[in-house]
Amino acid sequence: MQQLARCLHSHAMSRFPFQLGAQIEAQLASGEKVLAWLETDLDARLHFSSGLIVVTNHRFLVKMAEDNSWHVWFHRQGLRLTSRDHAGVGALELCDEQERLGCWHYTVRLNSEANHLIACFEQQLVARSNEVDTIPDAQAHCRNCGMILSSSQDTCPSCEREAHAPPSTWTLLRLWRFAEPYKWRLLAGFMLMLGSTAATLVPPYLTMPLMDNVLIPYQNGQPIDNELVTLYLSGLLGAALLAWVLGWSRTYILAKISERIGADLRTTTYAHLLKLSQAYFGGKRTGDLMARIGTETDRINLFLSLHLLDFATDVIMMTMTAIILISINPWLALVTLLPLPIIAWLIHLVRDRLRTGFEKVDRVWAEVNNVLADTLPGIRVVKAFAQEAREVARFRAANQRNLEINDRVNKIWSLFTPTVTLLTEIGLLVVWIFGIWQVSQDQITVGVLTAFLAYIGRFYLRLDSMSRIVSVTQKAAAGTKRIFDILDHESSVPEPVKPVSLATINGQIELRNVSFRYGTRSVAQDISLRIEPGEMIGLVGHSGSGKSTLINLICRFYDVSEGAILIDGVDIRTLPIAEYRKHIGLVLQEPFLFFGTIAENIAYGKPNATRAEIVTAARAAYAHEFILRLPYGYDSLVGERGQALSGGERQRISIARALLIDPRILILDEATSSVDSKTEREIQAALDNLVKGRTTLAIAHRLSTLREANRLVVLDRGKIIEIGAHAELMARQGFYYHLYQSQLQYSDTQDDAVGLKRCPDTKENRL
Amino acid sequence: MNLPGYELYRNAFGRLVLVDKDHQCEEVIPVRAFPITAPDHGVALVDAHGHELAWVERLDALPEAYRALIEEELTSRELMPEIQCIEKVSSFATPSRWWVKTDRGETAFVLKGEEDIRRLSLEALLITDSHGIHFLIRDRSLLDRHSRKLLDQFL
Repeated sequence: MQQLARCLHSHAMSRFPFQLGAQIEAQLASGEKVLAWLETDLDARLHFSSGLIVVTNHRFLVKMAEDNSWHVWFHRQGLRLTSRDHAGVGALELCDEQERLGCWHYTVRLNSEANHLIACFEQQLVARSNEVDTIPDAQAHCRNCGMILSSSQDTCPSCEREAHAPPSTWTLLRLWRFAEPYKWRLLAGFMLMLGSTAATLVPPYLTMPLMDNVLIPYQNGQPIDNELVTLYLSGLLGAALLAWVLGWSRTYILAKISERIGADLRTTTYAHLLKLSQAYFGGKRTGDLMARIGTETDRINLFLSLHLLDFATDVIMMTMTAIILISINPWLALVTLLPLPIIAWLIHLVRDRLRTGFEKVDRVWAEVNNVLADTLPGIRVVKAFAQEAREVARFRAANQRNLEINDRVNKIWSLFTPTVTLLTEIGLLVVWIFGIWQVSQDQITVGVLTAFLAYIGRFYLRLDSMSRIVSVTQKAAAGTKRIFDILDHESSVPEPVKPVSLATINGQIELRNVSFRYGTRSVAQDISLRIEPGEMIGLVGHSGSGKSTLINLICRFYDVSEGAILIDGVDIRTLPIAEYRKHIGLVLQEPFLFFGTIAENIAYGKPNATRAEIVTAARAAYAHEFILRLPYGYDSLVGERGQALSGGERQRISIARALLIDPRILILDEATSSVDSKTEREIQAALDNLVKGRTTLAIAHRLSTLREANRLVVLDRGKIIEIGAHAELMARQGFYYHLYQSQLQYSDTQDDAVGLKRCPDTKENRL
Repeated sequence: MNLPGYELYRNAFGRLVLVDKDHQCEEVIPVRAFPITAPDHGVALVDAHGHELAWVERLDALPEAYRALIEEELTSRELMPEIQCIEKVSSFATPSRWWVKTDRGETAFVLKGEEDIRRLSLEALLITDSHGIHFLIRDRSLLDRHSRKLLDQFL
């Protein structure tokens, strides 16, 4: 066990299956050490079942759940351990020269462990061929991504992402973070609330002496005391006026604060959302995100400014009323307050059902929105295929579900309010009965009974409206949860804890054993590449070969699954993201222009650029002249609602945009593929200006565009298969040669038919 | 039963090999065209580069030996457990850990967000876990009451 324990340390992990530890130990010969293991979770038929694969410095051992004994292979020349994976299933195969010795399966979540196992195994075979018995050094790399760890860390921060803390029911309290800046004004509002509520409680109190000292004596034959009546009635008027003034200022101040809290919430959420990684946006639908930031914040806002305010007033009022009632007559007060716990219990009962119900309503509402967000941008396709009726049916179906769920929620909800009203009436009845009895016993006066009835009339009325707080609170809590879902989501491309600042860079890029997987799909495997400053690299390969993935990784839109990317020898994960991206200029296939003037669009990456700089950039991008031809020159509006520009013109604006920030690294992602050959030539000239002196990575379908490149990197299915200059690769007559030849053949007939044979995915969803 | 115009066997390395009159291809992979809606209709035999070598319209129309080979290969590649029972979930708010019984035994997985539950039809659901493994619920109305209640919280 000691040996084992040492190994545990050397691997800096604690997941070793200890129940199996003794079994392994029994297997080990003296001097044999466990180097790596894999606890598999699938059997040969892919049923969930556990097994253990172990690599020691002498042997390879396997025991699956159904096995009684260990399968053992001694390390020897000719053994090969390989892994392949498909749709979530990894398979580890051990072969020798003649045949497959074994094959074991695991789910993709164990992929990095499996790779580690293979690495250890290969290391042992190499060591064997050199006839040395090596045991690898203590591992200071993260097992998942290969990032170098400090001694205090077990896994690196970017891999520790699977925290599953459920949000508490008190989610609403988290809004305090946004309320805190306004706490003094909130306090003032609260004091006003106390005052105004107290003022509203004066009138019922005055009915008591009015009844006992004025009306009852009058009925018994005494004249009305005008002075006393004036005093009581002016008291009533004064209390009403005071309640009006205080109530007005309270509502004004608190509504103003809640409006600000809502605005802060919206902005913070949006700001956080924009910081999230590309992966987050890939998994979410625009309609849903828009609903969250728009509707949910509005709902929370309404809750704070209206419902919560009312609720607080009610609670204060009820407390004050209870105190007054008890001070007048404790027994009658007790009977009056009796229905309160019952109603409270009823509220509690319905609360849970309503909350989940409203969450459902929200989700189904987002679904209705999603149908809209899906269809409207694709309206041309819908019309072209005459599928309007189908889309309407889809919308109707979503709406139907919306109805169904609302119906279900309303069923509970509709029962709720009348029940509260019924209880109120019963409560009043109880007070009448007990009150009349007490009056007949001369324990209280008629005035006291009148005052009680006046108080609890309001009291129960408030209880009724308070019960409404249940639903709005649940709605607001559901909304808050959905907002905090965004706020709690940490970017999968995290900011470094201890950022290293690189003010200027030379532009040397190094990819070191980079792998990347998206879901279960491995899209880049073990890519190593070193790009010198100022070098131009062309990325070549079929669609889906991993070109765009590589670029997304270099831009750090995603983080590598394994390996590392270094800029001037510094891991990009240790650089502040925004600062790092400032060094990168990106020109995309579909240039995106924001609504605004052309000048603003060119200066998008450097908002404080001078007009001279903008014009210089536009000139270099060959955009200057066509811009001048527009009616308002650089002040012409473009973007969704602006001037229509051709693809080539838009592309040249985006080139000017990249030129203006003067980046050391330039990325051209199919910059010329969406335009025709003539426009391409125009853009090419602009691109040549852009590329000068910068480290450039370019993807292009038309291989002819990449002839300027110093080196071409040919990718196939996530791996580099050839590297070299055009002439060199042509001479080699390999993959590139065939690609180029086939393109030459087809170029007369169709520009883009080449390299698109396998193109199941669109530009949007592919990496 | 028509004999296909090719020969299929498994080599010592456990790979399927397809031989037809023109060439021989090792590492043949069977791929279902409609894995969810019609798993037994339309299976393509592709090479390691994903190029189609042969198309099998219906598996049961193949000679028994070939069908067994293809099915064996498919079994070792396809992982889409069908959820039969949801035992418990760690929370109704995502991310949430689910403990489930499937046709492939018991397991647990993490649901990242409600949007990872995809509606395939009115009753069928496809759940993607945090690692991208798909879990299928073929008919949620056939689940037991407890499972349905848990599931309902996420729909």
